[in-house]
Amino acid sequence: MVANQHKMEALADRLSEEDPVAGRSLWADARRRFFANRAAVAGLGILLVVALFAAFGGLIAQWSNEELDYAVMGAIATEGAPSLSNGHYFGTDDLGRDLFARTVQGTQVSLMVGLVGALVAVVVGTIYGATAGYVGGRVDSVMMRAVDILMAIPYMFVLILILVMYGRSMTALFVGLGLISWLEMSRIVRGQTLSLKNREFIEAARATGVPAVTIIRRHVVPNLLGVIAVYATLLVPLMILTESFISFLGLGVQEPLTSLGALISEGAGTIAYGTIWQLGFPLLFFCLTLFGFFFVGDGLRDALDPKDR
Amino acid sequence: MLSYTLKRLALAIPTLLILIIVSFVLMHAAPGGPFTSERELPPEVLANLNAKYGLDQPLWRQIATYVWGILTEFDFGPSFVYKDRTVNEIIAQGFPVTLTYGAISFVVAVLVGVTLGTVAAIRQNTILDYFAVGVSIGAQVLPNFVMAPILVLVFTLWLGWLPGGGWQGGQWEYIVLPVVALSTSFMASIARITRSSMLETLNLNHVRTARAKGLPERRVILRHALKPAMLPVISYLGPAFVAMITGSVVVDVYFSTGGIGKAFVDSALNRDYAVMMGVTILMGALTILFNLVVDILYGWIDPKIRY
Amino acid sequence: MSLLEIDTLDVTFDSADGAVHAVNGLSLSLDKGETLGVVGESGSGKSQTAFAILGLLARNGRASGSIRFDGKEILNAPPKVLNRLRADRIAMIFQDPMTSLNPYMRISDQMAEVLMLHKGMSKRAALAKSVEMLDAVRIPGAKDRIRLYPHEFSGGMRQRVMIAMSLLCQPDLLIADEPTTALDVTVQAQIMSLLRELQTEFGMATMLITHDLGVVAGFCERVTVMYGGRVMERAPTDPLFDKPTHPYTRGLLHAVPRVDQGQDRMEAIPGNPPNMARPPQGCPFRPRCAHAGEDCSVMPPLAPAGDGRARACHRPVEEVAA
Repeated sequence: MVANQHKMEALADRLSEEDPVAGRSLWADARRRFFANRAAVAGLGILLVVALFAAFGGLIAQWSNEELDYAVMGAIATEGAPSLSNGHYFGTDDLGRDLFARTVQGTQVSLMVGLVGALVAVVVGTIYGATAGYVGGRVDSVMMRAVDILMAIPYMFVLILILVMYGRSMTALFVGLGLISWLEMSRIVRGQTLSLKNREFIEAARATGVPAVTIIRRHVVPNLLGVIAVYATLLVPLMILTESFISFLGLGVQEPLTSLGALISEGAGTIAYGTIWQLGFPLLFFCLTLFGFFFVGDGLRDALDPKDR
Repeated sequence: MLSYTLKRLALAIPTLLILIIVSFVLMHAAPGGPFTSERELPPEVLANLNAKYGLDQPLWRQIATYVWGILTEFDFGPSFVYKDRTVNEIIAQGFPVTLTYGAISFVVAVLVGVTLGTVAAIRQNTILDYFAVGVSIGAQVLPNFVMAPILVLVFTLWLGWLPGGGWQGGQWEYIVLPVVALSTSFMASIARITRSSMLETLNLNHVRTARAKGLPERRVILRHALKPAMLPVISYLGPAFVAMITGSVVVDVYFSTGGIGKAFVDSALNRDYAVMMGVTILMGALTILFNLVVDILYGWIDPKIRY
Repeated sequence: MSLLEIDTLDVTFDSADGAVHAVNGLSLSLDKGETLGVVGESGSGKSQTAFAILGLLARNGRASGSIRFDGKEILNAPPKVLNRLRADRIAMIFQDPMTSLNPYMRISDQMAEVLMLHKGMSKRAALAKSVEMLDAVRIPGAKDRIRLYPHEFSGGMRQRVMIAMSLLCQPDLLIADEPTTALDVTVQAQIMSLLRELQTEFGMATMLITHDLGVVAGFCERVTVMYGGRVMERAPTDPLFDKPTHPYTRGLLHAVPRVDQGQDRMEAIPGNPPNMARPPQGCPFRPRCAHAGEDCSVMPPLAPAGDGRARACHRPVEEVAA
């Protein structure tokens, strides 16, 4: 009786809370909260700019990313500076290559690495985590123990090991990043699935004879989407960071391919020669991209998880 | 508490074994094996080399020999590239350096991060809070490999205050930039985690009880709020430690501090698998050991975990 | 002079949806040793009143009006002043014993710190006194169990610990905020009878905040019924139960399941408590009230109605009580 009264009271509270703002769905509500968040909207704007730069920057570039400009060679510090007149908007690197074209290319590669890594995480991590969480029991504890063990490995070293052994190609990079990126995701999805499984509305659905597939489709997956979206968004910059780290050490993608990390590395290696633009422009796009993803990710999380407001 | 510790330890050992086996198998699955390089070696030389390093043995036997060497004599075997040096020698040379600035960076990141986060939470929505939040958001996109060149640019090239590299037996002016470069982004993360966790904790019922007891706010925070607020921070220390170990590679390469990271990158460029594996396993062991410490710390703070 | 005198207290919270008025112009008083029940549904502002007394409102909360304790104004008093009163002279028991004790500290440390702070006792003396108090709330084996952590106790036992902790300094005023809501029915009865006994023994004034009229009946001399942050009716306990003169009080009484009266069905009050971010104009109960009329869009004053009773309603007593 008392317990019941308790529940009824809680129900009444919830209903009364919803009363004046009636009829907004979770997603509409989340959208409203997301767009009310200035940092998140700014992040979205930044990402749009970066994406446009990566997609169409090549059309504006006066030089290709591989051409050497013999006119500036030998005097990069003076002739290679950013200039509109010779078409090197961002200046040139120490070999006389156009930095604008190289930055466009590096941004493309970095974005692609981030997105592919996050995609692998979403697919593998969701399937793995949801399976462990939904099946439960011994299967769950074995699967999660495996993740625990893999997570305790300093992955960067293993990743570099893989890259070195398999020739530092894009494929090796994607495989390596994919191998590590899904771990945290699977943990999060599993935790969420586990708590969903025991929630009243799922139990109610099960009690009224709704088949398991329908429960998963209609109740579990939609409730996982939010978490997955948030985490995937925050995973993209982490993947970009990882790749840049490796490229900074000179162990990442190989010339003529480049990435923001590789460009930063080149810029960092040449700051003593007064060619600061070599560090500045790649760094700018690197920071913008990370900021954009972090802001959007945080915004999504706050929008989808009202308790954290 | 003891059985809890033993349980954690029981998980740590297989983790280490798996790490060793994984890196060993990876090395063997690599196309061509460790002695494939630009110049082709005559087959008999290659066979000789393989025999010398025991690579002609069956895989399980190689693993067993390797693991046995590590367990009994802490011996990671010879380098595949430098004929006269063992992996142990190479590691022993760089490790103290890495340990010195790594430990300093870690302590700095934790102390500054926790203090900054706590103060920001207590003074929520004041200038101080905005400053702390601003710094921690900004530092998110300033990982070590971004901080390092910026620091050198500002403090070495423009201001000329500090040397841009070298170690010199660990004199303080050579330590400052590596420490700042390595610790900044972790300090920022720790500050962020501390702030939000402290804000959440300050709204907990038991903190209200503590206030209702008439305890001064300082006591409320130090005695009743700090412990629970630290739990998420402690969980973060494990991953932070891994990331810092990883970051030390950048520091070693960029500041020429001569730490173990430089040996790792050189061996990666030389395809010296023995050294790479040695470093990887050592770092893995350190990580596992540290996670063990974190787990025990967690259990010490939260009485519900001890079982 | 009353021990506690609350005069036109307002409590407001800033929220994303605008200012929420949790308490509106509340006045009440409490004499030494007296027991007062404050009754209302969740959201009626009763807990916020208690928090306002001790200065424990959430960060976004503001209180105005006047609260005098022992003749001294304590509303919005500086922390130093409040800290001297808290636990020492005004103690509070919270609703949820599961989370109100510090899960990371031994019971011994949590109790002893109160005495060490307010009475300047040594740790040893404070511990001895704490064990005594745990005995008084009938925790078996108190001497050993004081070393345990909260999670090693059951809910009812934890609430006993909470009560013991609140009584350590023998306060003049005890505020019990829904002390039994989170507990099982059988445990509820035990806790209430324990509280009753302790109240008689120590003789402290007690303010019992609850949504359960049944709990009030056996405990309080006087009752204040709150709704939407306002006092609807107040009266000595027996007359209130015999003859409720406010439509809301009547509704509450009918919503209590009474075994002794062989009621066929329980009548719930239709509708929901008001959203305090947008309270109805005038009497907050108006949208749910069967007697509501045009004039109810103006809040009626709390007017005396004989027998030490006061009510805030435009309808005459006869119409409502009939």
